[in-house]
Amino acid sequence: MTDPERLETILSRYEGVAADLIPVLQDIQDEFNYLPKDELKIVAGRLNVPLTQVYSVATFYKGFALEPRGVHHVQVCRGTTCHLHGGTRLAEGVVRRLGIEPGQTTPDGQFSLETVKCVGKCGAAPVLAVDADYFGEVGVDGVTRILRTYRKPK
Amino acid sequence: MKNDSVSLTIDGKPVQVPAGTSLLLAAKANHIDIPTLCYHPELKPDGRCRLCVVEIGEAPRTRLVNSCTYPAEPGLVVATASEKVMASRRMVMELLLAQAPAAEHLKEMAADMGVYETRFPKGDPAARCILCGQCVRTCREVVGVSAISLVNRTPKKKVATPFAEQSEACIGCGSCVFICPTNTIAYTEADGIRTVWGRKFELQPCSKCGNYIAPKAQLEHWAKLTGDPVESFYTCKDCR
Amino acid sequence: MSKIEFPLVTRNLGAIDPESLEAYAAVGGYASLKRALTEMTSEAVLEAVDKSGLRGRGGGGFPTGRKWRFCREAPGEPKFIICNGSEGDPGAFLDRAVMEGDPHAIVEGMAIGAYAIGAGQGFIYVGHEYPLAATRLRQAIAQAKEKGFLGEKILGTPFSFDIQVRRGAGAYVCGEETALINFIQGTIGEPRNRPPYPPQQGLWGQPTIINNVETWANVPVIIDKGAAWFAAIGTKNSKGTKVFSVAGRVKKPGIVEVPMGTPLRQVIFDLGGGIKRDREFKAVLTSGPGGGVLPRQFLDIPVEFESFQAAGANLGSGSMVVMDEGCCMVDVARYFLEFSHDESCGKCTPCREGTKQLLKILTGITQGNGTEEDLALMEELCATMAAASLCGLGQSAVNPVLSTLKYFREEYEAHVRDKKCPALVCRPLLTYTVDPETCTGCLACLRECQVGAITGDVEEPQEIDQELCIKCGMCHAVCKFDAVKVES
Repeated sequence: MTDPERLETILSRYEGVAADLIPVLQDIQDEFNYLPKDELKIVAGRLNVPLTQVYSVATFYKGFALEPRGVHHVQVCRGTTCHLHGGTRLAEGVVRRLGIEPGQTTPDGQFSLETVKCVGKCGAAPVLAVDADYFGEVGVDGVTRILRTYRKPK
Repeated sequence: MKNDSVSLTIDGKPVQVPAGTSLLLAAKANHIDIPTLCYHPELKPDGRCRLCVVEIGEAPRTRLVNSCTYPAEPGLVVATASEKVMASRRMVMELLLAQAPAAEHLKEMAADMGVYETRFPKGDPAARCILCGQCVRTCREVVGVSAISLVNRTPKKKVATPFAEQSEACIGCGSCVFICPTNTIAYTEADGIRTVWGRKFELQPCSKCGNYIAPKAQLEHWAKLTGDPVESFYTCKDCR
Repeated sequence: MSKIEFPLVTRNLGAIDPESLEAYAAVGGYASLKRALTEMTSEAVLEAVDKSGLRGRGGGGFPTGRKWRFCREAPGEPKFIICNGSEGDPGAFLDRAVMEGDPHAIVEGMAIGAYAIGAGQGFIYVGHEYPLAATRLRQAIAQAKEKGFLGEKILGTPFSFDIQVRRGAGAYVCGEETALINFIQGTIGEPRNRPPYPPQQGLWGQPTIINNVETWANVPVIIDKGAAWFAAIGTKNSKGTKVFSVAGRVKKPGIVEVPMGTPLRQVIFDLGGGIKRDREFKAVLTSGPGGGVLPRQFLDIPVEFESFQAAGANLGSGSMVVMDEGCCMVDVARYFLEFSHDESCGKCTPCREGTKQLLKILTGITQGNGTEEDLALMEELCATMAAASLCGLGQSAVNPVLSTLKYFREEYEAHVRDKKCPALVCRPLLTYTVDPETCTGCLACLRECQVGAITGDVEEPQEIDQELCIKCGMCHAVCKFDAVKVES
């Protein structure tokens, strides 16, 4: 099932050449919170690139999700400084509490999880981000508290 | 007159080749065989397998380059089977033997190099794919439909159809099956149907002798390319 | 500000509003571009950069002027300029600081470079993790166009140049220049075989220059102050300054910029503030997954390309992550291999399969399953990866392993021979016990334990059943009273 209007708005910003592929996919990711299959098929036709190329690109780059992301996107920093300050245990603590692995979304669609490489806030290691909010020096016990504030309906 | 031939040294022997010739083909022209896995004369060289590495330069400033893409340069000194080269090739084979334990061709090639075992833990015992990309490149460059591609990155890199669904671009030609050096891809044929990459293709029988020629989809593809009516392809080459 | 700091690239960070072109111009911004376009020939601009001795700051250290000359002399129009703002090293945040804090400096530097080379179009690749940097750069470009510093016939001269920002999509390998080029072209970020090299055939097969953020930010200063001024800073073969992001177990993590040749000790202890909690310095990791470790005996080497290379490390991206005795070298090597394996594009066998096997071996060692033969096998595998991988990712993925093996072999030996982790990091090799003196019986650990290994009543000391304990270390992580003791 496609959403033609939203896709058209995106495509209209571009010339429609092969080199537009990644910016178009990024706009779709931002708009839809993932890359819907039907939209990708249309993009292949419009930019005149093989569907295989679109799919290869979508699976190669970790910024793209082929399954819908959660309402809230949790990112655990796995940068070097965060690693040296308990980043692995923080990541495990988040995995336990959400019940999903990085790259997945909770069954209720509330949270998706990603590990990222260095958000550049090494002074506050280990760092956790939920949407655009950053939390520093997060202990495993702090994770529950942080996630709870996002579980409340907005 | 512009002199476009290049003089270089391969394994101590002075050779001359046309400018732009790869070291692989320059060696071949001089009866030196370099093993390859991802190279095919019909495909643009891609430098994936790293088996065809050769050592260039003079000690102590030498380095390994893949001969399939590196062009002959004037005065270049090339060693195709030095210790450094052989150590690298053997290690690459050990890695591939672990990656694709069921690939018989690989074991033969490895044995030719004196590699009979791999010290690395083997993956899936039925695995054959070495990710040489010949299937993908053939489909894209020779057949021109790009029905399959390499998806994901290292941890899960594989050859697949988009979304693991039947590929609508596929014409069932089986070129990927034939080109694969390790017999990884297969198709089955039964009752006039060829099944490959999970999709069934109706085979077109020859209008004269009744033997199957190719999938209808493939003939339609050729018809589109040449502009000829598809019926003109309904006679097999034996009956023409 | 300490006396050894030299704010050249970082000159405007924190001092001007990065969202204002006027603020940039007020401190002399765009004067260099004006001078270049109206008072100098394009050849003279290239000469200046060449004579300055500026070398690429992205890791390769290739002489910038020489690279520009290759591109200028390469046949073919159009030509392209790219700024590599990927900063994929998981410990680096210096390029980010410049992109966010002084975006106009990059725009100006690129415009000057485009003039020198004869390019009409530029691209800035901004790492996926840096959305603010992308926004600020787009803003700076729009502002520059408005004021006539970019676009058609800049400042009334025949020179036209425009820049597009391209946000990355999450691939460390796109920090490699040919993979970056493939990304802009809309394909997967698999690097290309070389030759041909980008200055001859790059983006869409055209002559292309790719330089790092820090390199571009140096250019306006070189044109402003002159090549001789720049060449007087630094050492014989490493001119100018170097920006570092210092982090890890230091008291004052942050960005520092020093003249090349400054002793490493000063960067870490004077500027980094020394080790947190006054522990002992163990080593510094330079340049992340493709870098190496420098232990204590190298603290007095000068920061510059040659001396770092001689020590087996890499100036590379400029990240410096400081480690103390609470950091395990085997764990660190494993961490970087996990990164390299995850980020490897998968095109070539040595990197794709090699990082997988190195990661397996290192993981085994951290779990107490390593052998002496593993160490020798790793060294052999590393030799092939370094020599035969298609690109720098695979070639340098071996550096953390080789350098930690070289300088901290005894730590590896402890893991494989004695099944111990001296730094108390590798959890499968540790024993967790509860100290009855300090335990308050708050039950945080009991609740956290996934296997029911902890028993005890509330407000009574807890006990860990060693038979059931899976050594996940989470009890230690949640205990607020430091009552869970660790030993190896």
